[in-house]
Amino acid sequence: MRSRSLAILLVVAALATSCGDDSTQTLTIYSGRSEELVAPLIEQYRQQTDIAVEVRYGDSAELATTILAEGDYSPADVFLAQDPASIGLLALDGLLTKLDDEMMRLIPKRFSAEDSSWIGISGRVRVVVYDTTIIDPALFPATEDGFTAPEWHRKVAIAPTNGSFLAFVAAKILLDGEPATLDWLKGMASNQAPAYPKNSVIVAAVDNGDVPVGLANHYYTLRRINEQGDSVVANHFLTGSSAGSLMMPAGVGILKTSDNSVAAGDFIQFLLSTESQLYITNSTFEYPLRHGIPAHSSLPTLESLTTPILNLSRLATTLDLATDLVAEAGLL
Amino acid sequence: MSSALPSGPIARVETIRLRANRRNTWWLWMLSVTVLIPVLLPIIFLISQILYASESAWRTLFSANTLADVIRSLILTVAVTGSAVLVGVAAAWTTERTNIPLRRLWVIALSLPLVIPSYVLALSYLSFFGPRGLFADVTGLSMPQVTGAFGAWLALSISTYPYVFLISRASLRRIDPAFEEVAKGLGAGPWRRFRTVTLAQLRPAVGAGALLAALYTLSDFGAVSLMRFDAFTSVIYGQYQGRTDRTPAAVLSLALMVVALIVITAEHRVQGRAHFFSRRPHPRPPNIQLVPLTRRISLAGLGLVTVTGLVLPVVVLASWLSRGLAGKQKIDMRWGAVVGSFSSALLAALISLLAAIPIVILIVRHKGKATAWLRRTVLAIFSLPHITVAVAVVFFGARYLASAYQSFTLLVIIYATLSLAQTTSAGEAALLRINPNLEGAARSLGHSPLGTLRKVTLPLVSRGLLAGAALVFLTTMKELPATLLLRPTGFDTLAVRIWTTTSDLFYAQAAAPALLLLAVSAAPMYLLITRENR
Repeated sequence: MRSRSLAILLVVAALATSCGDDSTQTLTIYSGRSEELVAPLIEQYRQQTDIAVEVRYGDSAELATTILAEGDYSPADVFLAQDPASIGLLALDGLLTKLDDEMMRLIPKRFSAEDSSWIGISGRVRVVVYDTTIIDPALFPATEDGFTAPEWHRKVAIAPTNGSFLAFVAAKILLDGEPATLDWLKGMASNQAPAYPKNSVIVAAVDNGDVPVGLANHYYTLRRINEQGDSVVANHFLTGSSAGSLMMPAGVGILKTSDNSVAAGDFIQFLLSTESQLYITNSTFEYPLRHGIPAHSSLPTLESLTTPILNLSRLATTLDLATDLVAEAGLL
Repeated sequence: MSSALPSGPIARVETIRLRANRRNTWWLWMLSVTVLIPVLLPIIFLISQILYASESAWRTLFSANTLADVIRSLILTVAVTGSAVLVGVAAAWTTERTNIPLRRLWVIALSLPLVIPSYVLALSYLSFFGPRGLFADVTGLSMPQVTGAFGAWLALSISTYPYVFLISRASLRRIDPAFEEVAKGLGAGPWRRFRTVTLAQLRPAVGAGALLAALYTLSDFGAVSLMRFDAFTSVIYGQYQGRTDRTPAAVLSLALMVVALIVITAEHRVQGRAHFFSRRPHPRPPNIQLVPLTRRISLAGLGLVTVTGLVLPVVVLASWLSRGLAGKQKIDMRWGAVVGSFSSALLAALISLLAAIPIVILIVRHKGKATAWLRRTVLAIFSLPHITVAVAVVFFGARYLASAYQSFTLLVIIYATLSLAQTTSAGEAALLRINPNLEGAARSLGHSPLGTLRKVTLPLVSRGLLAGAALVFLTTMKELPATLLLRPTGFDTLAVRIWTTTSDLFYAQAAAPALLLLAVSAAPMYLLITRENR
């Protein structure tokens, strides 16, 4: 009895270990975008290509650090990041190849790296989410700076440990400078802004009536409405062209250590195809970035957004400082 | 009176110190250290990070804010451990020593909360309570939200009481009924008997379970962050998230390990080193017949725990699932994730079971300064946030273990070593209750040390070790941070499915793998429990 179960275990183990193979004709993608959003696209790509495609899903910042730790030994060919800051880390270290100029012209210049090391695929916008049963959006300030006022005491939820909140702080440092950013963070801290672990949790908490307002990314609200049917959450796009309405493109780049760069380029081209971009519009509720592809009908158009102009590649350079300031303000 | 007082020398409670035979322990040391290497290397790596620690690492460590978070974490740990011990011991005693109906069903239901990831448990409470939660939706009554310290305490107490429950159960069975009969003969009432005799004999088991519960609480991030309770781990994750500089997270993780070492030492002091074992072979203690009133109270208590820990989360998950189905969502079932979770958790449990044997023998039978540190090391590893260990393994693995890097084998070995404390603690509690004279007798009758181990020691502690392996199985099923970084590309587990779907608000998609996780874990628990009755 005991030896039989042991034998079964060993067979299971042997089967499981034999699964990994190391053929060079495999395109290995490290994806910080969640499987839920990307897998259908990758499935389509698999059907139209000859080579095997393997995807490693994870958190963007963690995968970026993984690639940095792996160094020359990284098995990754392509890195698909959720936000410009984490892919910017790789660009800063010179780990990404320069992408084709023709490809770079497919999307507005401001949503890609200036040195063509990565290109934006889709975009998420920082918004204010609010409970429509309690809050009148006409009372919202023009920029996030207004939320340090006493009338917002304990009312505006933030996610201080979250990647996109930190990207927003990193952008605020570039736009407003370090002292102003620290003042704002301290203002939020003394206003006792409720801290949540993630954007998605903030949207759920607003919908649940736990908190009236929150700073999050735009697409969670649409997804919540889509999933729940009825929801009291709505998005408000800040009008003041500050970090509070930052557009964060999900970027993709090719590793210099890739032994499959042609296939990698082909895959990026596929992500920018009209077909893939329309999938982004209709299924993930992000902004498609390719010229001429419309955003989801319930969203304001990309052109009408007052998103601030800044060099997104530089977000990676202020990321550590952003964490320092968040900690210094007592929000960690 | 069910049986007469034991004849012959009455079983005595005593402390026995075996003179450690140093010549015979080298092979145990070899085995133990080999087992620990996979995690010792990352820890050495973390310590080496101190040398490169940036200024902001030290600034964060010594800030008033960090100190406040450490204190809050410690208070939460004490509160959670207290309730976990209370619930765990009461549940173990009721299901193991009384004539409560449906015993096996209760045991399975009471162990299962261990497999629910603490963030799923917290999420389910958050969507059940609150002004617009599921409860308010269905009943129309407004319900306050459970958050903050209370919410964190509730979710973590439910997540950790199974440690005390499962380890105590294994010990309760081995108690010599003579002790209780003597106490009864001397006129002690049932409560006094329970307190002075049963509980005293359970002390190693309760201590082991309490320690695991405490260390789990210290290192948890999922539940505390969702409940918005500022704990020490929040600082670590905050430092880890958006930073190129990894030294602050490394330094803070080591600080957490130091806090854990303090907790481990405290437990060691409280526990004392007295051992309780009987000198004679003895029958399984008889079941206590509960009178109808106490029976009803016991059932109500077990029911309350099961409703909070299992029924409520399952109802919430089912409501997510049904809403998704009603909204015509295609619920994506990944059988690969089931196979991945099951096979990796089972192998990790098996490896940690085998690895625990030499360590447990060293700790209990060859006590000394060195073995005390061995014990502390194993427990301290358990308290490290998995994410920091995983990052260190990536750094090492990609450079020096190219062929093993991102392999199933390495993943399973890391799982086993990270959770080794669970099998060693359970095994230690079991071996402490075994009279060393039994082993001495086997040796004097001509058995080799290995023969004695196989024929005498292992059969006697097997129940404790199996309980520990069950803990490893259940907790590995929900492991996430190390899985994400170290798994083979394309390898999927149920915990990964739950994480990826909840983080993007696809709650309906998360419900299916979460329910599967419970179902898949219930099956081996059932086998384990039915087996032990033979």
